[in-house]
Amino acid sequence: MDLKVKQKPESNSKTKQMTMIQAINDGLKTMLELDDTTIVLGEDIGKNGGVFRATEGLQEIFGEDRVVDTPLSESGIVGTSVGLAVNGFKPVAEMQFMGFIYPAYDQIMTHVSRLRMKTLGHYSAPMVTRAPYGAGIRAPEIHSDSAEALFTHMPGIKVVCPASPYDAKGLLIESIEDPDPVIFMEPMRSYRAKREDVPEGKYNVEIGKGQKLQEGTDITLIAWGAMVTVAEQAAKQAEEQGVSCEVLDLRTLYPLDRDLIAESVQKTGRAVIVHEAQGTGGLGNDILSVINDTSFLYLRSPIERVTGFDVPVPFFSLEDHYLPTAKRVLESIHKSVNF
Amino acid sequence: MEEQFPIKKVMDDQGNLIDSSFEEKIDQELVRTMYYNMLRIRTFDRKAINLQRQGRIGTYPPFEGQEASQVGSALALEDGDWMFPTYRDHGATLTFGADMVRTFLYWNGRHEGVVPPEGKNIFPAAVPIATQIPHATGTAWAEKRKGTTNIALAYFGDGATSEGDFHEGLNFASVFQTPTVFFNQNNGYAISVPIEKQMNSETIAQKALAYDMPSVRIDGNDCFSVYFEMEKAVNRAREGGGPTLIEAVTWRTGAHTTADDPTKYRPDGQGEEIVHPLDRLEMFMKNYGHWNEEWISETKEKIEAEVEAAVDAMENSPKANPADLFDYVFEEMPEQLEEQKDQYLAQLKGD
Ligand SMILES: Cc1ncc(C[n+]2csc(CCOP(=O)(O)OP(=O)(O)O)c2C)c(N)n1
Ligand SMILES: [Mg+2]
Repeated sequence: MDLKVKQKPESNSKTKQMTMIQAINDGLKTMLELDDTTIVLGEDIGKNGGVFRATEGLQEIFGEDRVVDTPLSESGIVGTSVGLAVNGFKPVAEMQFMGFIYPAYDQIMTHVSRLRMKTLGHYSAPMVTRAPYGAGIRAPEIHSDSAEALFTHMPGIKVVCPASPYDAKGLLIESIEDPDPVIFMEPMRSYRAKREDVPEGKYNVEIGKGQKLQEGTDITLIAWGAMVTVAEQAAKQAEEQGVSCEVLDLRTLYPLDRDLIAESVQKTGRAVIVHEAQGTGGLGNDILSVINDTSFLYLRSPIERVTGFDVPVPFFSLEDHYLPTAKRVLESIHKSVNF
Repeated sequence: MEEQFPIKKVMDDQGNLIDSSFEEKIDQELVRTMYYNMLRIRTFDRKAINLQRQGRIGTYPPFEGQEASQVGSALALEDGDWMFPTYRDHGATLTFGADMVRTFLYWNGRHEGVVPPEGKNIFPAAVPIATQIPHATGTAWAEKRKGTTNIALAYFGDGATSEGDFHEGLNFASVFQTPTVFFNQNNGYAISVPIEKQMNSETIAQKALAYDMPSVRIDGNDCFSVYFEMEKAVNRAREGGGPTLIEAVTWRTGAHTTADDPTKYRPDGQGEEIVHPLDRLEMFMKNYGHWNEEWISETKEKIEAEVEAAVDAMENSPKANPADLFDYVFEEMPEQLEEQKDQYLAQLKGD
């Protein structure tokens, strides 16, 4: 299987240059058009088109019943989405920022995650909860959290996190079509960072599959979301110093693409895992255990992790100190290679 | 419900007293204190917007239009009382005694910005909506248990009433009869969502009925109405009469934040008929013989100098200290965090 090949669009092959935020908008629009049960809801997403403009123009096309400005209540948004989902609607709920998902944590943890299991499959709550996340844009406090590990730790929830416009649209469509609940994390720092060709119409990117962005032989760099760019920068600098890096974008955080990770690490024998969430209890540790389980005997040096520190995400004057940088990744690459 | 909770005013839009008995209560000192503070916070607010436009501070949420609500309410507090503001209530915190340099620092992403002056009980501005409301209840509860007469004041917007924390905070206050004043600034919008889409109730004041709590709906652009109704609620709280909900009906003149574009969601011309609270106070001062050009221009100069000096001090303050990331997470730093700190600071030194 060639992991580099992207799934080709089903409908037509016309493409358009888009940023990630435009691709997300296009993905929502595509599903609102194709599937009458799709309902997009959240704070300021209708008339205002979302604080990042992810839902721009959608209410005008699809009306206030399908693109809904809700009261300011995250628990209400997710809780009512459960009721909608159980009745055959496909809610796509927006949390304005991931740092504001916490009032809905109770609903997600105590109901969304376990409705299917506890009713032996009688009920389920297929729904998508979109959440812009991450630091690095000088946002006010709490707006910059990266809370994926809270949700990968929850049973019964898939967690998706695209790093590119193409993947954002394809994964969003796949998430909306998925029979189970999905937390869809959107790296704010990448919303407008680059444009790329995005197919018009519907296409899917499979959940549970990562992607190899760059072939390399000496070490594997594993990242997702906004940290993919940081890993790529580090890889470039390492390359100049003669270290060949393989870069993996995980794209889905639960379930993990164990095959992709194992195949790469078995080849290079080394790895650096990069994530911006705090290290302790972070997803890096689960990736480490995948490597331990699948590739222990191939390792040439201990796995390195470059993560946020075990501190609350700080106010923005300190966020550059909190966030992993290409420099910190590069240091870990050297440490690993020179072990 | 609008009949049951009429909007109470002391003066009309043109600065004329509706009830002349207030003329005695509103002495020159009160008028000048009100004017000085309202002008001061407006000057701060406009400066902050400019600084943001020039990239000298981060995203900023202006409060212009809400000066009467913020100053009138803050002036009713005394030292020892507690204030629980949101991100939009710097007008209130500055009036209550927060430091202006630190307030600018806050909007420049600095933790120093939330540290109150010695002896002032001002909690950090709550960014997650409504989360500060139960804190104000708990603090008032603690003051009651300690037997003091201190009270706690919680600020929050119209949108905040949709969150669970609003109801939980009010219910606790009602059950434990805490000395809390819940001060709602109903500025008509929660970002882009107008109040009629936020709730299907005509007023916010009526929500107190569910908790058997006294409540009142006031003209939040009338600084005297705010001040005197606050005074009643504060006295009730101090005297053991429990909590009060105040709905101050006001208007945000500008954008939700400097990152927001209100033309996307506000109908053209909406709110234009609203007389700005400072203009209203100015008319009152002229109507009742309080207007003194000399005092006004001195006051303006003094305020402008203070704001400029605060901006300078903010910009000349030492850079944020990376050790602050680690040093205050715990009283005593666990070894594993110490290790992260040492490694990172060593790496920085190596640069
Ligand atoms: C829990 C939570 N959800 C969402 C947000 C994003 N947000 C910031 S301000 C705001 C609107 C608040 O409206 P309101 O309570 O009326 O206060 P105002 O901004 O008008 O002063 C929203 C939705 C937030 N800060 N916290
Ligand atoms: Mg409001």
